[in-house]
Amino acid sequence: MIKLTNLHKAFGSQKVLDGLNITIPAGEITAIIGPSGEGKSVMLKHMIGLLQPDSGQVEVEGESILGISRSRLNTIREKFGMLFQNAALFDSMNVFENVAFPLQEKTKLSNDEIHQRVISALEDVGLKNVEQKYTDQLSGGMKKRVALARALLLNPKIILFDEPTTGLDPIIKKAIHQLIKETHQKFGFTAVIVSHEIPDIFDIAQNVAMLYHGKLLQFGTAEEILNSENPVTRQFISGSLDGPIQML
Amino acid sequence: MSNLFQVIGNFSLAVISELGRMGWFLINSFTTIFRNPCRPVFILKQLSFLGAKSLFVIFLTAGFTGMVLGLQGYYTLTKFGSEGMLGTAVALSLIRELGPVLTALMVTGRAGSAITAEIGIMRITEQIDALETMALDPYKYLITPKLIAAMIALPLLCAIFDVVGIYGGWLVGVKLLGVNPGAYFYEMEKAVVWRDVSSGMIKSFSFGIIIAWISCYKGYYAGHGAEGVSKATTESVVLTSVLILVWDYFLTSVLL
Repeated sequence: MIKLTNLHKAFGSQKVLDGLNITIPAGEITAIIGPSGEGKSVMLKHMIGLLQPDSGQVEVEGESILGISRSRLNTIREKFGMLFQNAALFDSMNVFENVAFPLQEKTKLSNDEIHQRVISALEDVGLKNVEQKYTDQLSGGMKKRVALARALLLNPKIILFDEPTTGLDPIIKKAIHQLIKETHQKFGFTAVIVSHEIPDIFDIAQNVAMLYHGKLLQFGTAEEILNSENPVTRQFISGSLDGPIQML
Repeated sequence: MSNLFQVIGNFSLAVISELGRMGWFLINSFTTIFRNPCRPVFILKQLSFLGAKSLFVIFLTAGFTGMVLGLQGYYTLTKFGSEGMLGTAVALSLIRELGPVLTALMVTGRAGSAITAEIGIMRITEQIDALETMALDPYKYLITPKLIAAMIALPLLCAIFDVVGIYGGWLVGVKLLGVNPGAYFYEMEKAVVWRDVSSGMIKSFSFGIIIAWISCYKGYYAGHGAEGVSKATTESVVLTSVLILVWDYFLTSVLL
């Protein structure tokens, strides 16, 4: 379980999180939706300690991750995997080295075992014969899938997905959603997915949180949010230009 | 008036905060060496980048610096009829001062800027964040290997600079201007003592720390986008060069 309490964060004069309260249930897939620039990615980075809040509390499995030692924070981070919006692959390494890196650094597996696990992880995300390619030789979709393979490889208890399917074609998008669903069923990890893929994301998420103006507007099951009467949520889900959410 | 005080106060606070962050960065980089040792292969890679790949520019700079010293030294010393002291003048200038400083400035221009750009790009493309989310210490993978490599490479490059520079001076002084070759080396051997060499090496060692420290720090805290990295790179080269010259003065006054 991840709990954010009264979280405030501003960058200069721009308030991004304004008293956010949210509890992410353990072992379930929770989708975070909301208009762009409402602090969804910022919230995700607070969960893993990449950003420090101006005020508020962040707890992972009942333990605060604020003001703790670096080694303790790293121990907590070992429970996490994260897929970044722009994949964040190491551009000085090829695909194989990128995926193998956490295994080489965090486990004592032999080279053969690492090789087998990397190839199998890449096949799981639909990639073959790309091991020797460098990241600038990959398409956006391939980069995301390599990053996904890297995030899933150590079987973390909690996985944070920052827009895992943005910019991908519909078939790959569906395949990745399916992959997240299947691996979740297999390993039972806690997943937090920031996504704009509406309505597709409702098919895989058990819970949906709607963020608006740096606060949690609504939290409920996918069905509850889909049938929400809240005008902001309704407008966002329908993609209508008319309503309380103004573009400018 | 109160506005002016506010501006001065804000500026002072920003400077103190930046200095504190820089100091903390250096302390963290050093403690990581002992707390969380990195793999030798990372250090070897950086040694190759900072050291071996800087050799060409060091040879070129050292050769021409020695040759200019040979020319200028000869011109000055002939006024006193002491052109036999040319070897001593060239060697002491290089070993005590020019070798360490010019080597450091060349490495700053060639490798320091590249280090800042590399780490800065890793910062803006979230590669450093990715390391952190894997519970891996970015200092261990990115900073410490560069710091250790710079501390090893700079004294070695400086030694090469000194030798090449001395032969540059010999080429001009002995081969072109006709200074006695025996006097060139004999006088040098008589005048140069171990203290001269060690002070040059101490300088180089500390310049290595400055180069790695500032280059890594500026990249690690680079601003947003390509402009942020470009600004960080410029600041890194300027600040490193200025710090090298300022620190050189203080070290010279202590080591003299």
